[in-house]
Amino acid sequence: MSATFRPVAINTFREAVRDRVLYNLVLFALLMIGAAVLVGGVSIGIEQLVIVNLGLSSISIFGLVIAIFIGVGLVYKEIEKRTLYSLLAKPIKRWEFLVGKYAGLLLTLLVNTAFMTLGLAAAFFYVGGRVARADIWILVAIYFILLELALVTALAMFFSCFSSPLLSTLYTLGIYLTGVFAADIRGIGDFTKNPAVLYLTRAIYYVVPNFHNFNAIATAAHGDPIPLALIGQNSLYALLYVTLLLIASAAVFSRRNLK
Amino acid sequence: MSRPLASRAPWTSIVCVLLLIVLIAGLQVKIDASSRAYVNQDEDLLLSSSRAVQRMSLGYDSLVADVYWTRAVQYYGARAGIPGSQFALLAPLLNIATDLDPKLIVAYRFGAVFLAEPSPTGVGRPDLAIQLVKKGMAANPDNWYLVGDLGFLDYWYLHDYAAASQTYLDGDKIPGAPSWMKIMAALVAQRGGSVETARMIWTEVYNSTQDRSVRQRAMETLRGLRALEDEQQLDLLAQQYKDRLGHFPATTGDLRDAGLIRGNPVDPDGNPYVYGPDGKSALSPHSTIVIPKGLLLPSDIAH
Amino acid sequence: MNAMSAPAIEIASLTKDYPVGFWRPKMKRSLDNLTFHVEQGEVFGFLGPNGAGKTTTMKLLIGLIFPTSGTARVRGRSIDDVGMHREIGYLPEQPYFYDYLTARELLDYYAQFHGFSAAERRERVTTFLERVGLTAAADVQLRKFSKGMLQRAGIAQAILHDPPVVILDEPMSGLDPIGRREIRDIMLDLKNQGRTVFFSTHILSDAEMLCDRVAVLAGGKLQGVGAPREIVTMKSQAMEILFELREGRALPADLAAQAAKIGPRHRVTVPVDSLYAALEKLRGAEAQILSVSPVHPTLEDYFFTLVGRSAPKRGVEEISR
Repeated sequence: MSATFRPVAINTFREAVRDRVLYNLVLFALLMIGAAVLVGGVSIGIEQLVIVNLGLSSISIFGLVIAIFIGVGLVYKEIEKRTLYSLLAKPIKRWEFLVGKYAGLLLTLLVNTAFMTLGLAAAFFYVGGRVARADIWILVAIYFILLELALVTALAMFFSCFSSPLLSTLYTLGIYLTGVFAADIRGIGDFTKNPAVLYLTRAIYYVVPNFHNFNAIATAAHGDPIPLALIGQNSLYALLYVTLLLIASAAVFSRRNLK
Repeated sequence: MSRPLASRAPWTSIVCVLLLIVLIAGLQVKIDASSRAYVNQDEDLLLSSSRAVQRMSLGYDSLVADVYWTRAVQYYGARAGIPGSQFALLAPLLNIATDLDPKLIVAYRFGAVFLAEPSPTGVGRPDLAIQLVKKGMAANPDNWYLVGDLGFLDYWYLHDYAAASQTYLDGDKIPGAPSWMKIMAALVAQRGGSVETARMIWTEVYNSTQDRSVRQRAMETLRGLRALEDEQQLDLLAQQYKDRLGHFPATTGDLRDAGLIRGNPVDPDGNPYVYGPDGKSALSPHSTIVIPKGLLLPSDIAH
Repeated sequence: MNAMSAPAIEIASLTKDYPVGFWRPKMKRSLDNLTFHVEQGEVFGFLGPNGAGKTTTMKLLIGLIFPTSGTARVRGRSIDDVGMHREIGYLPEQPYFYDYLTARELLDYYAQFHGFSAAERRERVTTFLERVGLTAAADVQLRKFSKGMLQRAGIAQAILHDPPVVILDEPMSGLDPIGRREIRDIMLDLKNQGRTVFFSTHILSDAEMLCDRVAVLAGGKLQGVGAPREIVTMKSQAMEILFELREGRALPADLAAQAAKIGPRHRVTVPVDSLYAALEKLRGAEAQILSVSPVHPTLEDYFFTLVGRSAPKRGVEEISR
């Protein structure tokens, strides 16, 4: 019974692959990294820094676009196109369907990121970078980006369970930006005299998914180490939050009457 | 049969979600602690040009200025007091913030203190501090707080008493300026190096700011000045003791026994002062008070 | 009640309300206390005009929507039990499928939910593609399929796991006569295999041809349940007389109750035995007889006699308002 989400996951992955949009994004990302090579040729001595910075930022941004773009349609599209009708007539529970869709998109992002990492590595070696022990942190930074994408995908899918793609995109982006700037919001709140505002900004800080936790791009670009404790904590954070969102999605979706 | 599943509220799910939020908040606290450890390395300020930031702000200049200002404060707070802190990004952050919002007074005042203060409390670059404050004065000619800050910088960090005095005089001309500015101008001109002047000026810094970090710095300096005065007194008493009894006192208790003082002299932290073999008083080894350097003693100033 | 003797589908007091309107939604009742059952092994037709609630009932059975009150069971298992889906096959109304898949991939995908081995899946997919006549188009993407082909693919996915109960929502819709015959053949095939077929349609002639029993739904309410077979073999038992009355002449009293007026013409239906008596009365009233024709009873008539109402002359659509 637990295996019923697997065909859904593989089918979701297959849909993303057959959807030509995915190909374009990957191509475009590779182009970006190619541009980095050109930029690297202009400034002297810091080619690797620029490439890693640009490359990691691109991986993050394009991953985000895919996560949101496909994520907000994960459930909505199946309801709208009524493909869900025949699927739910099979012995599959609604939450199993959700887990399958999520896993499928996650798999897509994993594959996509893997290809982009290869592209980054290629560009890196092209400008004369050599593999040093410090480069392991680049892989950790990419792992953090994947954690971030897993969270954004869960968020997008949650909204997809009950709202249109346009609204879901706005909500997801809104929460994402709030999460990126959560520390600044809290900082501004700390300076006000108003205790209500103070508590509100504090609450926002702790409840909203803090995406800035996952940003290790600058550190990795410098080859500086990332504390091992942080790797474990970020992994746990992503796991807890994704679980929260999946539970919420299942609660909403399991009760939804499909028109 | 019981009511259909779909119309029952999802209590289990709600409880699970709330529980997870609590766990997540707790985890965030741990993450913040871990992040502080590695954020100490210098980050890139990818947009170091104010104009570039301005263009990207899409018109929300003062909001972005606030963001840079809070970043500056957090940046400072994460590194303050840690030996070896460089604060390389503090000046650029404050400059961008004030370029975007020239009326961000609080940023100028913060920079006045912490750009000039030496490491590990600040950047140790009084010239950058003066540059920032002058920029603030140009954009806010009616703000006498900033003039006071400039005078303070000339006085305390550059020991340029003549310039400081002139600055205070100029500040006094601004409508609404407090009366102490004129007094300060005179004091600095006459007795620039005295502890009392220093105490007056630092007291004014303490009173005129709302910023917690600046207040803390002023408090610490005032305590150091108090300790300095105490030490000056104790040194005088030690000399009197020697004149009377032929040798320097070993502890402050000896002074009491000799009837020179009443009570037990302690520093503002409550730690008793100690004497060295040369009769010079000093703070207890347990004390955390820092005595500011570079002041002239009242005994050095000809009245 | 064990699975052998239990009805295939058992619906008890099933009610569905849904909110209408945005600001202060009012509840609209789309199904009102529906109660009937379908025996194992029968072909059961679910009839009614558009909007009567047939699709709503089926969606409730499948668990796509949830009842406001009432229960339903399939093969003795509650509709809450997702495991029950192992024993049913469902064809939705106007089915859509993943258009980027081929027919073969689609069937293989759905087959994965029934726990078949890879080899068994391959075999079944090929067999059922042939059964619905899609072998030639097996590797064509569904986005290129015509409506009829989609319908056939839909039936294939509904039956490829050999479910004992097959639920089809408007299986004939959008098909040309050849397609409809093919579907009818498949449905009869299923019946011969001992399966229960529960299907909905608003085309009464299809139902007459196929069903052991039918239920009629209108306006969310069950209008009647029964076997149509009797009607098909039933001889014409009534005659319809079309006539005109001269100015100032009135209808004979005993006929007036059963007569209807359409413009200047009157129409009255009388039992075959009373035909000549009625004609005499009309002659006495100096009516001008326009035509006399036998009335073939339809399912509508059957139900209205069943429920004790006189047949409306304006058709079934009236009831749902």
